[in-house]
Amino acid sequence: MLLIKCPFCKNRNETEFVYGGPVGANRPDPTRASDEEWVDFLTMVPNPTGPVHERWWHARGCGEWFIICRDTVTHEILETPIEKS
Amino acid sequence: MSLTLLFRLSSKEIYMQKYSLFSLARNALTGHKNWQKAWRSPPLRDEYEIIIIGAGGHGLATAYYLAKEFGITNVAVLERGWLGGGNVARNTVTVRSNYLRDQSIPFYVKSVNLYEGLTKDLNFNMMHSKRTMVDVVLNYPKMRDLRRRQLTMDIYGSTYKQITVDQVRKIIPALTGGGPESRLPIIGGMVHKDAGVNRHDAVAWGYARAADALGVEMHQQTAVTSLLRANNGGIKGVETVKGTVKAKKVIVAVSGHTTSLTETVGLRLPLRTMNLTAFVSEPIKPIVDVIVNCSDLGFYFSQSDKGELVIGGAPDSGQSFRRDIKQHIFEDTVGAMLELFPAFKKLKLLRQWGGHLDIAPDASPIMDETSVSGLYVTAGWWGGYKAIPAGGLTMAHHVATNSPHSLMQAFSYNRFKNLDYILETGTTTAR
Amino acid sequence: MKSHNRLKAGGRIDRSKRLSFNFNGKIYYGFEGDTLASAMLANGLNVISRSFKYHRPRGIIGSGVEDPASLVELLDEEASGNNLSTNVKLKEGLSAKSINCWPSVDFDFGAITQYFEKFIPAGFYYKTFKWPTWHLFEPLIRVAAGLANAPKMPPKSGHFESRNAHTDYLIIGAGPAGLLATLIAARSGANVFLVDQNTEAGGSLLSLNLSINKRPAMDWVDGVIKEISAMSNVTHLQDSTAWAYREHNLVVVNEREVENASIIERSWRIRAKKVIIATGAIERSLVFPNNDRPGVMLASAVQTFVSRYAVKPGENLVIFTNNDSVYSYIKDFKRAGINILAIVDSRKTIESDVLDYAADERVIPYSIIKNVNGYKKVNSVVVESFGDNGLEIISCDLLAHSGGWNPAVHLHSQSRGTVSFDEKIAAFIPDQYVQSAINIGACNGNFNLREIFDETKLFMLGQLSASKQMVYEEKLECNKQMYSIEALWSTDLLNEKNKAFFDIQNDVTHHDIQLALREGFSNIEHVKRYTTGGMGFDQGKTGNVNIIGAIADLEGIGLNDVGTTTFRSPFTPISFGSISGVREGAVVLPFRHTPVTKWNLEKGAFMYEAGARWRRPGYFPRDGESFQEAVNRECHAVRTGVGVYDGSPLGKFELKGENVGEFLDLIYTNMMSSLLPGNGRYGLMLTDDGLIFDDGVAFRIDQHRWFISTSSGHSDSVNQHMQKILAFDRPDLDVKITNITNQWNNATVCGPLARKLLQKLGTNIDLGNSSFPFMTFREGKIANIPARVIRVSFTGELSFEINVSPRNMLTLWEKIIKAGAEFDILPVGSEASHVLRVEKGFLSLGHEVDGTVDPYDLGMNWVMSKKKIDFIGKRSVHLRRSSGIVRRELVGLLPTNPDEAIPEGAPLTPKGKKVATEGFTTACVWSVVNNRWVGLALLENGHSRHGEEAYVRLKNKIIKAEITRPVFHDPDGKLLRS
Repeated sequence: MLLIKCPFCKNRNETEFVYGGPVGANRPDPTRASDEEWVDFLTMVPNPTGPVHERWWHARGCGEWFIICRDTVTHEILETPIEKS
Repeated sequence: MSLTLLFRLSSKEIYMQKYSLFSLARNALTGHKNWQKAWRSPPLRDEYEIIIIGAGGHGLATAYYLAKEFGITNVAVLERGWLGGGNVARNTVTVRSNYLRDQSIPFYVKSVNLYEGLTKDLNFNMMHSKRTMVDVVLNYPKMRDLRRRQLTMDIYGSTYKQITVDQVRKIIPALTGGGPESRLPIIGGMVHKDAGVNRHDAVAWGYARAADALGVEMHQQTAVTSLLRANNGGIKGVETVKGTVKAKKVIVAVSGHTTSLTETVGLRLPLRTMNLTAFVSEPIKPIVDVIVNCSDLGFYFSQSDKGELVIGGAPDSGQSFRRDIKQHIFEDTVGAMLELFPAFKKLKLLRQWGGHLDIAPDASPIMDETSVSGLYVTAGWWGGYKAIPAGGLTMAHHVATNSPHSLMQAFSYNRFKNLDYILETGTTTAR
Repeated sequence: MKSHNRLKAGGRIDRSKRLSFNFNGKIYYGFEGDTLASAMLANGLNVISRSFKYHRPRGIIGSGVEDPASLVELLDEEASGNNLSTNVKLKEGLSAKSINCWPSVDFDFGAITQYFEKFIPAGFYYKTFKWPTWHLFEPLIRVAAGLANAPKMPPKSGHFESRNAHTDYLIIGAGPAGLLATLIAARSGANVFLVDQNTEAGGSLLSLNLSINKRPAMDWVDGVIKEISAMSNVTHLQDSTAWAYREHNLVVVNEREVENASIIERSWRIRAKKVIIATGAIERSLVFPNNDRPGVMLASAVQTFVSRYAVKPGENLVIFTNNDSVYSYIKDFKRAGINILAIVDSRKTIESDVLDYAADERVIPYSIIKNVNGYKKVNSVVVESFGDNGLEIISCDLLAHSGGWNPAVHLHSQSRGTVSFDEKIAAFIPDQYVQSAINIGACNGNFNLREIFDETKLFMLGQLSASKQMVYEEKLECNKQMYSIEALWSTDLLNEKNKAFFDIQNDVTHHDIQLALREGFSNIEHVKRYTTGGMGFDQGKTGNVNIIGAIADLEGIGLNDVGTTTFRSPFTPISFGSISGVREGAVVLPFRHTPVTKWNLEKGAFMYEAGARWRRPGYFPRDGESFQEAVNRECHAVRTGVGVYDGSPLGKFELKGENVGEFLDLIYTNMMSSLLPGNGRYGLMLTDDGLIFDDGVAFRIDQHRWFISTSSGHSDSVNQHMQKILAFDRPDLDVKITNITNQWNNATVCGPLARKLLQKLGTNIDLGNSSFPFMTFREGKIANIPARVIRVSFTGELSFEINVSPRNMLTLWEKIIKAGAEFDILPVGSEASHVLRVEKGFLSLGHEVDGTVDPYDLGMNWVMSKKKIDFIGKRSVHLRRSSGIVRRELVGLLPTNPDEAIPEGAPLTPKGKKVATEGFTTACVWSVVNNRWVGLALLENGHSRHGEEAYVRLKNKIIKAEITRPVFHDPDGKLLRS
């Protein structure tokens, strides 16, 4: 159970959050992207043994979506969003 | 050696020491001094016809079938750690074929059949116990879903049958929860007679020993650090901690670390590595004779021959290579089990562990030659233990004949190019 | 039996509180403060259980969590399977029995396995039991294995509980290191948790008669406990085991002695800024032939039983050691009246100040125990001296042995810290840290009290700011403890005849280890799995390192090269009840119910679990009515009169902001932004990979305010989907989303008489079809209740969805039922709703939509806006379809025999052959309007196959059906617009 720092609510247990997947490529312009680029965007995600940026949603809290950087091997959270109030 | 009983394995003139009651008795007389090594440890050569990375279930099975079915024995299995130490050592040994889709059912039917014959085939007791799985069903949409599954399974000869609440309780007397007054009363069950459990170490060791006897080489503590590409873009070998090894064909069978390896030749694959955990109870006298699965609550278990309940639940969220236990997910799984088995409250947790596996966007496997010619992957095994024999056999077929086996064709990587998914989610514990 | 082994004085038992207990059907007595083990020893009980494989008699070996053998099954109130008797606190009336024996522990039939033990070496089962089939042998093996019986019933009373805590310091272990650390941290004002698995604080000081500041060490312990118990910043959990060390410094603690007697056990999830591991060390066994015989005990256990429990486990003692620790026990043993016959020390040279402790004893250096005689109790040992190669038999009834001490690195290792082998103390010690933790004391490889205090003080004061350095200035004077060791992993690996046990519970011997290596199972993990060494109830606490050492010896490599197996949680076995905590019934799966749920139940509704934890009525059966009759009746009411259903579980969201229209155009396939206020549209949401995800309606309230509905089961995921897009993909859009699912309930009145019913209820809304047409909404009053009325239809009939505040819902519902009586109104369950929507060919999530279909598959081309350049899923739908993959398309099925139903889910195959399917039946219902069975199916190229025949392939049967358009009632939709 991770301890995740929500920009509004500070450190909260993982149980309050919904995982939103790793941050992959930005959604390309669907009218311009090639088929290959489009499929890449939909299916390929970074899968490093190490730091990965990922999205979390404070669903059972303030409702904020944010991005953290977490090490997939140690589970250490290396970057958290700027605090908000 | 004189007293050692040897026997022929397949049609090849290669022999391995036979395991039987008689050989055991004979060896007892000599203090068990004459047993051969289960597999040899030859020096690593600098070239093989085929390299298999990963001495887990799929890697070893592929090695065995390459040798046995296709006579290809110039094969090295390279393992980073110890043989059989990947997910084949970390799963809940459930073997079954109750799938939903045409692409999956015949593949798993084949795998279950191979498992049932594996003890004889490998001359190694897999302790395969075809002991039936019972899906305990707590709501009607789930029952409808499983009935749909049954009707398609009927076509492929896999057995699935609906049973009443009373029948569920008769088959599983220890199931005392889920009564009419409970939060989610049991409404019935589905019986899958083909399902069984066996001994995971035996699967790894049995395949390794038989492959070794046919001439395949096992190399433990031989981590592959990168794949190597030839000038023409195809694969030419691997770089290991013990030096460069050449091969025209390389099979990646490393589960969670698939992308780490393929990215060394710039090949990206649609895979994410996640953690799945399991745990066992203290050993107790026989109390449950079947595999119990309740996906409505999110747990399943069976009792090992040693007496431990082997219990699994939902996967963790988030990517992970940590093989750790998420406390809240673990607690949920235990709570779910106690809902149906309240008498287990004073039963004790003995041991728990995690394993990382890779999952594709549609949760079905990827078995294919990649865009790097000569580089094959068998990956995305979400519940891959049951698939080991069929996975190994069809992968060996693909690599040996340069064309995919009909049972594995659907699991081609190309399906993603058209976003043509094979959705098999929710087969066990997705809540 | 008399307590003939109980000492007259001393120990930490209360002789004024005599407790009776039952073991194997006989009554015995012990005292408050005893464990079951100490009480059994006091009563002269030697054989407690039988071993796993050979059914050899097993006695008490250790004195705590490390004991590998003294397993008992607890009965009655305390019923639970396997329990170490050394860990069971003695209570009045406690009842226990031996495990793994039949008919009794003294005469065990299973011991016959010893006669063919040659044939059952490690891993024998891999080599045999293959013919004719494993199934022939498995039942016998299962019965033979398995140790104790599981409890048949949950505890009769009481419950389990979980708590969360955050703290500055979590200190694990209330031995000298842990106590001093606690005291310093507590005085600094920090929040401190002190957790200890023992029944009382003190750790090693409970057993060792040491002095601190010239007074008994336990006086110091008592002083510390007294001081911290008065401090509000300290939480002290005694009889509590820290059993798991997870990510982000989360430690899970099992508390067994809870202040509230109704709580059986409590689970703590403690998140600490710093975890201080002071878990001490665990004594290792020595491995020598027949080291499993009752009467062979760990030296530390003998010391504990003598000095803590005032029990003399034997009269005539031989000590076997490879290290100094046993020498300090001598004075206590002698005081207890034990005759020390010899100290067999494997080392050639022993320090003189160590020998001073044994000045009056016979020390035999450079010697080992060659064998142990006796079956159910030691009667003599064979000593081999390397010096003169002499063998000597010494009669004795107790053999205390020590193979050295293993720092309890379990939690450190669980935290992902690494360990390395330390040659000096011949043990694995903590090496690298991964989390914010520190090991102090014996678990850090420090076995000298004086140094432990210094180390602890240094570390703890180092944690504090300069201004707080004076919180602890006491000097602690104490005895010097000596410790040197020469590793001895086993005495006689070549012994063919007798078994020397590495794992006493699982019967893993030196023969097994060698067999594993001989067969190539040389990795430590292979050895463990092949021999099952360290996989028992004790998880190898006394034996694992010996196995590692033996492999190192046999393979000629170092222990660091062999490495350790993984230390897994739990540290000791933990009850599932405490892990689950309060999760029971509605806590596992909370109920969601609407104001009408109770009414439904009272009217005898058959309730279904309907997704997202809602329960909804399936149908309302009447006496003597079949399921089908009830459903038909409800359907008939809607088609010919009026029905009402509770639509409250529908997901509902209000969206506000300048860009809601643009946003809805993005998430729905069709155009929403062009809607005028008061109007709405049915829409589909896709995932970006072009598959249908949800359906619902969107209505515009005014320029910048909308509401949408989602399916009941998907409201959470739709919410997530929308919020995520706004957060990451389109943060530029001004859209605020409020979940109003629970703020609006609705009763949906449907059927040709719906309008009449609403008029009868009384309303200020003009209900005329031209002033209030289909797919619009009006706000006003129905039966004097403020309402938002929406003209949508999921049944195909004229329909009004009356949305009201939850507090008015039941009133509205009852008024509708009352006013509807004259129209024979019926409440409609989900079964009838299902029939009605199938008749109309409306899609249903979970039936037609199974995560693989797109709108074209369902013939809903009209919902795919051509005007919009982009919407979520558009590109993917077209990409997939342009590849030419054959799609399964929605069709209607009319069984050739109109009275023959098609099972839902049944596959369709070409010509009904037993081959790969070309589709499946998504639904099949008895149509009240057509008076026959009608079905829906997804069929390959179905849209172009109308009029053809389809074949439903069942196991032993084929059902033929005509392929039709998927609509069986009012194909032009006149009724719902009426």
